[in-house]
Amino acid sequence: MSKQRIIVVGNGMVGHKFIDTIISDDSVDYEVITFSEESRLAYDRVQLSYFFSGKSADDLALTDATYYQENGIKFVLNDKVVDLDFANKQVVTQSGRIEDYDKLVLATGSFPFVPPIPGNDQEHCHVYRTIDDLEGITESGKTSKVGVVIGGGLLGLEAGNALVNLGLETHIVEFAPRLMAVQLDDGGGALLRRKIEDLGVKVHTEKATSEIVAGEFCRYRMNFADGSFLETDTIIFSAGIRPQDELARSSGLTIGERGGIVINNHCQTSVADVYAIGECALWENFIFGLVAPGYQMAKVAASHIKGEAKHVFTGADMSTKLKLLGVDVASIGEVHGRTAGAQSYTYHDEIEQVYKRLIVSADGKKVVGAVLVGDVEAYGSLLQLMLNDMDLPENPSALILPTAGDEQASGLGVEALPDSASICSCFDVSKGDIKEAVAAGCTSMSELKGSTNVSTGCGGCSSLAKQVLDSELANLGFEVKNDICEHFAYSRHELVDIIRVKKIKTFDEMLNRCGEGLGCEICKPAVGSILASYWNDYVLEDAHIELQDTNDIYLGNMQKDGTYSVVPRVAGGEITPDKLIVLGSVAKEFDLYTKLTGGQRVDLFGAQLHELPIIWKKLIDAGFETGHAYGKSLRTVKSCVGSTWCRYGVKDSVGFAIEIENRYKGLRSPHKIKFGVSGCTRECAEAQTKDVGLIATDKGWNMYVCGNGGMRPRHGDLFATDLTDEMLQKYTDRFLMFYIRTADRLQRTSVWLENLEGGLDYLREVIIEDKLNIAEELESEMAENIKNYQCEWKTTIESPEKMKRFKHFANSEELDNSLSFTTQREQRFPSSKASAQPIKIIELTE
Amino acid sequence: MKAELSQEWITICEQQDLTPNAGTCVQFNKEQVAIFFCQRNKSLYAVANFDPIGQANVISRGIMGSIQGKTYVSSPLYKQHFDLITGECLESPEHSLKTYAVRVDDELIQLKEAC
Ligand code: SRM
Ligand SMILES: Cc1cc2nc3c(=O)[nH]c(=O)nc-3n(C[C@H](O)[C@H](O)[C@H](O)COP(=O)(O)OP(=O)(O)OC[C@H]3O[C@@H](n4cnc5c(N)ncnc54)[C@H](O)[C@@H]3O)c2cc1C
Ligand code: SF4
Ligand code: FES
Repeated sequence: MSKQRIIVVGNGMVGHKFIDTIISDDSVDYEVITFSEESRLAYDRVQLSYFFSGKSADDLALTDATYYQENGIKFVLNDKVVDLDFANKQVVTQSGRIEDYDKLVLATGSFPFVPPIPGNDQEHCHVYRTIDDLEGITESGKTSKVGVVIGGGLLGLEAGNALVNLGLETHIVEFAPRLMAVQLDDGGGALLRRKIEDLGVKVHTEKATSEIVAGEFCRYRMNFADGSFLETDTIIFSAGIRPQDELARSSGLTIGERGGIVINNHCQTSVADVYAIGECALWENFIFGLVAPGYQMAKVAASHIKGEAKHVFTGADMSTKLKLLGVDVASIGEVHGRTAGAQSYTYHDEIEQVYKRLIVSADGKKVVGAVLVGDVEAYGSLLQLMLNDMDLPENPSALILPTAGDEQASGLGVEALPDSASICSCFDVSKGDIKEAVAAGCTSMSELKGSTNVSTGCGGCSSLAKQVLDSELANLGFEVKNDICEHFAYSRHELVDIIRVKKIKTFDEMLNRCGEGLGCEICKPAVGSILASYWNDYVLEDAHIELQDTNDIYLGNMQKDGTYSVVPRVAGGEITPDKLIVLGSVAKEFDLYTKLTGGQRVDLFGAQLHELPIIWKKLIDAGFETGHAYGKSLRTVKSCVGSTWCRYGVKDSVGFAIEIENRYKGLRSPHKIKFGVSGCTRECAEAQTKDVGLIATDKGWNMYVCGNGGMRPRHGDLFATDLTDEMLQKYTDRFLMFYIRTADRLQRTSVWLENLEGGLDYLREVIIEDKLNIAEELESEMAENIKNYQCEWKTTIESPEKMKRFKHFANSEELDNSLSFTTQREQRFPSSKASAQPIKIIELTE
Repeated sequence: MKAELSQEWITICEQQDLTPNAGTCVQFNKEQVAIFFCQRNKSLYAVANFDPIGQANVISRGIMGSIQGKTYVSSPLYKQHFDLITGECLESPEHSLKTYAVRVDDELIQLKEAC
């Protein structure tokens, strides 16, 4: 018997899904041909807008020619199917090609509706559906200042974002009285509007465009029915989509009153052996304009063709969660009060700009719908309550109050979900599927994604999926591990103990005793840093080289072009004019970009490997030392001018800052450490944002600990008051050494304290009351560290052996020929790189 | 003549010029090559020095390690992992590093084009 022949018309997201499903079953072998009107194979239309943030057509591709060829799928691009001959079971294409089929699958998607406005077909009028459309919009953007989107629905807002990204003054024109009229209620729409206007996008509601004519100030003028007008250079129509049913209609398939190919629960159309799936299909008078229901239809049709009929299509949920123009918006279920007797809870915070409305059934037991704008944390919980028809908790309003993201508050954890609960609608993954995968050995999100595809579509389910994973792991008795990596089954804290107790001096010893494999960029620097804090060797000893990040090996921070920065220590921010002159003349000699840092010192950028030692030699000769800007170690001690000059100063903050900086310089630690010293309570040194902050009082020093600027700012806690210089030094020695011993890798003191059992009180007991009886030990470890301090740059330039590494090539004196620079504001900068794609930075933690 | 030349092993440097368990950048046929010597499994690896993602000649300055048995180098710029045997980027397989044949012959490190 010859193979059954399946023709798939349309190679969009759903058509491709169908093909992928049908070939994934090895037990049956079909001959598959697919036709596309577009010039490319299926790509991710959902992510289309990322095209504007640098994703290329290749990045968006869902498949490629090789994959199809390997799986024996024939494909014809740029060729539209124009006729279906059901009697002879044939399709006819625009180019005149005729092919036979046994089964025909229509996956023609939809097309953007362009309102019949006179002038709507001009050169810079676009729609927003395909990569080609976006390329056209980008072209127009180059010659435009102003852009308008007609239509304020979901896609209209995405298109608006595109115009903003192209740098145009952006307007959104909507016919209805509010934005996202389908998904949002009045309150949600109004808040969304405010948020979008805050971003500089102008919103015009209740405007009907009557014509597009030549403009006076811009290319076009849009005249509105109410007599007003708006001028613009580019227009994007986003006034809704219509099912692409033209082919089906002209061939005589049954079509719905308002369009769409009528299908039954098996996705069969009115003609035998012809199926319709995706956005072109009409099921129970309903078109599904989202990809997840289309994927379900693809599965259903594939299973029916294989004669299994094990899946049927029974409708799909249209809830959505999106980030539009940077605003979080979600809509669940029915939100327009069409459900009889429904009541609602509303939470509206005008200050924080959050709007949440929860609509519940007449008996107050079930979720009917919800609108969330500005804070969508509750989306997952609410959606699950609705989809699984679960009873609401005692006090439903808790679900939308500010703590609703917090499961304890809502009384709803993932534990409460039934196994049938759908977690990922894009790939139809239920809680039960995740449980199975975990039972079969999945222990991480990446493994789970690999085995179930969960979270690999729109990504909206990732936090829920992770929660289910964690709870299943916990149920199976897995400890949530804090192993540093796959090479050592220990936390950093445990590694510290092992190294101290067993007196381990090298990474090799460490691997042999308690590790496996070759190590990695997580455990190597961590062990390197512990070895350095305990045995305080010169970090560039041969045995340690492999442990160091490039910044530590070359004693400078690598910049984007592979060159390095040079940051000499300027203790306390105090610098003599002579030293400033040296910095200036060195920078000038090597053409280094020069900038004052936020840490009260000077950074010189753009030094090449071979220049580093020469530069440092000059700096060291002039009395400078390394500033450790590269190391996980003491960075800067920021000071204010203090009592020596300032009218209000009560203590010499600069003098003290210099003393501290010299005491702790070079100290290796789990993360960087910063100090601040202010001469009075006006706090000009911002000491309360530092790991250790000192503020002078008329009786001594107030000591603050565990402050942080940066990504997650935290004010330091007042740890002790009115300390003498001596007490302060003792406490600081103990505090730092205790932190170095017990913190996890890359844990700043702020996060360390937050995770420390017993918190600040416990810390006081250890440091001040010496409850653990280790104060003396901590102090002597610190003394040892201080005694062993060496300027790493000085040691390096004095060793001919070490100097060998500061060459671009081991076997040639040539330089890296790929470097190139431009000049701006009279200084040198790296030329921008060829690829403008956004770079994904790999986080070193899961 | 380059095609013929590259079929030959070319001596690049001495073994002692390499740092154990770390990378070294060398010039070979006018190309920049990063050589890694892993003392723990006594293996040598050679890949292109240009990081196709960070777009700079820095691969030799990355940390080497292993993930589930695969030996890799992690780019010092944005930390992507490149398999030292195949050159493939583990996070974005569409990117890969060219690989070279490398051996040690009587304390001398030699390279040739991979076949
Ligand atoms: C140069 C400088 C910016 C400037 O031009 O002013 C800078 C530059 C960098 N900072 Fe910073 N930070 C600089 C002051 C700061 C400050 C301000 C301060 O110290 O008062 C902060 C906030 C305060 C704080 O740390 O709490 C700061 C918070 C960060 C953070 C976030 C840390 C956090 O805990 O959230 C990072 C990322 C990290 O360390 O993981 C970072 C990382 C970096 C890195 C290392 C990123 C990198 O890997 O390239 C930059 C290295 C530049 C270089 O090549 O030298 N930098 N950075 C400042 C150098 C100060 C100095 O003299 O050493
Ligand atoms: C900007 C944008 C953002 C979106 N965001 C989301 C989102 O966040 N979440 C979500 O769920 N959905 C979203 N969608 C909708 C989602 O993209 C669609 O639901 C999905 O693409 C539908 O798949 P489909 O295969 O039915 O149609 P399509 O992907 O449109 O594919 C149909 C294909 O068939 C071709 N075709 C049509 N007629 C013929 C013919 N006669 N002969 C040959 N080829 C033909 C078309 O050219 C097209 O390539 C978004 C859509 C857009 C445009
Ligand atoms: S804020 Fe960011 S960009 Fe600026 S110096 Fe710090 S790390 Fe670099
Ligand atoms: S719901 Fe879209 S990826 Fe899971």
